[in-house]
Amino acid sequence: MALPPLDSPQWQTSFRAFLWGARSIGATVLTLVLFATYLGIGALAHDSGFSLGWTLASTAFVWAGPAQIIVITTLGSGATVLQSAIAVTVSAIRLFPMVVSVLPMMRTEDTKRRHLILVAHLTAVTLWVECFRFLPQVPRNRRIAFIHGLGLGLVSVCLIANTIGYTLAANLTPLLAAGMLMLTPLAFLFSTARNCRELADVIALVLGLLLFPLAAMLNSGVDILVSGVVAGTIAYGVHRARAGIVRARA
Amino acid sequence: MSTFIGDWHALAILFVAGVIPNQIWRMLGLWFGGGIDENSELLVWVRAVATAILAGIIAQIVVQPPGALASVPDWLRYGAVAAGFVAFMLARKSIFAGVIVGEIVMLSGKYWLG
Repeated sequence: MALPPLDSPQWQTSFRAFLWGARSIGATVLTLVLFATYLGIGALAHDSGFSLGWTLASTAFVWAGPAQIIVITTLGSGATVLQSAIAVTVSAIRLFPMVVSVLPMMRTEDTKRRHLILVAHLTAVTLWVECFRFLPQVPRNRRIAFIHGLGLGLVSVCLIANTIGYTLAANLTPLLAAGMLMLTPLAFLFSTARNCRELADVIALVLGLLLFPLAAMLNSGVDILVSGVVAGTIAYGVHRARAGIVRARA
Repeated sequence: MSTFIGDWHALAILFVAGVIPNQIWRMLGLWFGGGIDENSELLVWVRAVATAILAGIIAQIVVQPPGALASVPDWLRYGAVAAGFVAFMLARKSIFAGVIVGEIVMLSGKYWLG
């Protein structure tokens, strides 16, 4: 699907721009990845004992797959609310630089902060990636409407996927139910691997995978935080050491 | 209490543990967005820890699987992830290829084992 040229009358109203944004969910393979991920989250929530309404509320109001999975797996395995909240808070910090880098792309002179609240809420890794791809093809004064359409379109796809995943998990054969639950770790592993930009990110991913089983032996209740902080800090240390070597050579 | 919503207590926990910790960062980005360098050292560390936490969650689902996934033997789950990763790399980091191959390996392995 191609968007109309920048000077097309198609962009004259915000409503049209909103519809073009909503239609653009069909123009990206990431929609399919999101669908599979949220199918898996629906199944995971079902098997962890949460209600469908709870699952849909988490998609609509949290709107960050990793955070939703952390809440479901930690609470489902008996961690306290505080432990979950800490793990989610740390995982969500990455939203901060995303929001910071996306908003300047759609600001105009008349943009008030409140016009950007919904855009900030809709910002998550998929939308962040798509902003860089789509927004250059959208007139600046229609970008907020376009992103509202794209973001709400993606949320709708995920709510549908959640409902299907949740319902199927309750009714599928054990084999297919296992397949649905496996979607979550696979989709997240590969999308995280794809987003690794620096060596520190790669080391954090690999060490984070390897250290969790060790941390789980401590049975501390905060295993995820322990392995995350240790692996992340080692990765950052390597990044620093390497930067130091580069500087020393120069 | 309807079964759709379930326990209101669980919904309150969702807001405390899930919604608020997320929205804080988005709203901080909205308010203080101007002066932050995306490549600052603090954000590099934060990103590394966040990535490692997510990796830990992925490992937790595979190592201590919930529900129906627990019926699949350990070696088959690990093998499926490894096969998916090989496909992901061969297909120029295609998430889709990795997920499909991982699923096929696990489902056919489990089907074959019976």
